[in-house]
Amino acid sequence: MYSEKVMDHFANPRNVGEIENASGVGQVGNAKCGDIMKIYLKIENGIIEDVKFKTFGCGAAVATSSMATELIIGKTLDEAQKITNKAVMEALDGLPPAKVHCSVLAEEAIAAAIFDYRKKNGLVSEEEEEGCNGCCGSCGSHDLHENHNFQDEEE
Amino acid sequence: MQEKTIYMDHAATTPLKPEVLEAMMPYLTTHYGNASSIYGIGRENRKAVDFARNAIADSLGASQTEIFFTASGSEADNWAIKGVVEANKTKDKHIITSAIEHPAVLNVFEYLEKQGIDVTYLPVNAEGQVLPETLRAAMKPGTILVSVMIANNEIGTIQPISELAAIAHAGGAVFHTDAVQAVGNIPVNVRELGVDLLTFSAHKFYGPKGIGALYVKKGCKVAPLIHGGHQERGKRAGTENVPGIVGMAKALTLAVENMVVHSEKLLLLREKAKDGIFSRIPHVRLNGHPTVRLPGNLNISFQFIEGESLLLLLDMKGFAASSGSACTSGSLDPSHVLLAIGLPHEIAHGSLRLSFGDSNTLEDVDHLVENLVGIVDRLRQMSPLYEDFVKNNYAISVDR
Repeated sequence: MYSEKVMDHFANPRNVGEIENASGVGQVGNAKCGDIMKIYLKIENGIIEDVKFKTFGCGAAVATSSMATELIIGKTLDEAQKITNKAVMEALDGLPPAKVHCSVLAEEAIAAAIFDYRKKNGLVSEEEEEGCNGCCGSCGSHDLHENHNFQDEEE
Repeated sequence: MQEKTIYMDHAATTPLKPEVLEAMMPYLTTHYGNASSIYGIGRENRKAVDFARNAIADSLGASQTEIFFTASGSEADNWAIKGVVEANKTKDKHIITSAIEHPAVLNVFEYLEKQGIDVTYLPVNAEGQVLPETLRAAMKPGTILVSVMIANNEIGTIQPISELAAIAHAGGAVFHTDAVQAVGNIPVNVRELGVDLLTFSAHKFYGPKGIGALYVKKGCKVAPLIHGGHQERGKRAGTENVPGIVGMAKALTLAVENMVVHSEKLLLLREKAKDGIFSRIPHVRLNGHPTVRLPGNLNISFQFIEGESLLLLLDMKGFAASSGSACTSGSLDPSHVLLAIGLPHEIAHGSLRLSFGDSNTLEDVDHLVENLVGIVDRLRQMSPLYEDFVKNNYAISVDR
């Protein structure tokens, strides 16, 4: 049911671990739904120098986390923020329909980690503060997001 | 693919026994006649079907006119439940089942509930048992049917069926039991249990897939589900699956003959696996009843990790097993059985079901435990829940 790329990233996940004194940390998802992703960023001069992750979840959750870290490492914050769940899925040669939400979680984890960095560095406007912080664990509705690509991928 | 699969998912299905295949072979090749035909090769197959029906009835303590073949356990469950509801012409019908039934029962109840039938889903205790007093309290004047499985497919817990059946009967209801996990694995006698309807399926006891059966006690009224020809005495249409029927009879006869030895072996494997896992891996929990359970069933939750990941890594090492995690059910919710016994979602997500069988050895169990130690540790090392636990020493305690 999983592509070879998904199985590769699940069996040999890239960038697993933690970063001490990380520039930004984002955690999304909740244990109730069966997946939690935590992403650590080391940011220097607006560039993501290093990234690590920890994930509780299924094969697709681990693989999307791993792929997401690969896609953002070495990128500027602007570039990293533009990476969508669709890009993560495409890089993995697709996900089964029931697993698309894992890629959404990966996108949200990146966004949450970058937001955390910006917040720590006083780069967040008051307007943003009030809005969704990207941490969908806080409202528990990550599976309900409408803005993401939930179109069925191939089985 | 790895060179050898160590199959520990016998609750899902079992491999066909060579003796069973041998018994079926003539009916898959030369003896192709329709058992309802009047000429020689038809009549011969009729004899084979009659012989098989007798053997199966004997194994269950039933009479041969009480055994009806179906294409699956799911069909037999559907037939029993819908058939009783349809055959009963009273108004304001009420039916009862348990919260931990197989979907082949549970989804039928949900379907009937949508049709306007009054339905009660009985809760179970932490070990997964339906308490007789719970059923007694749920009975109403309009209760026409109670359906509770003998043994649960996920956690292996065995129900006090004869007590439950007596309560149903005292209230004037028919009692059905889904015995798909029980028949061939533990002693099942329809008279001793006191049930009116009992579902079983051949592929759970080393028989072929595609053949199930329903025991219908003489006098119990069940409307047909499949209309058509006159097969199965007009109760279930469709050309008889002669090879399947012959295979089911052979498999059940063998299972009953070898039951004592077989269950002792399974018990040994199960207890060894349990002891190995509990002594080598911290933060684990046994799901289901500690003793009143199927001899080959072990269901364990590993805290801080998710079941599908566990299964994938086990598969890479050659082990075939099952889980109650959401990711294996195709929804975001973990197993309804694990939730019904009171597990929090995150503990239910981290469950592993091992169901042992014929081909498994004590060495296989050693090998399994050895691999599990490494796999569970690996997944915990990458789990943010475990990180929280280590740093804050906080977690819902589930050890026991």
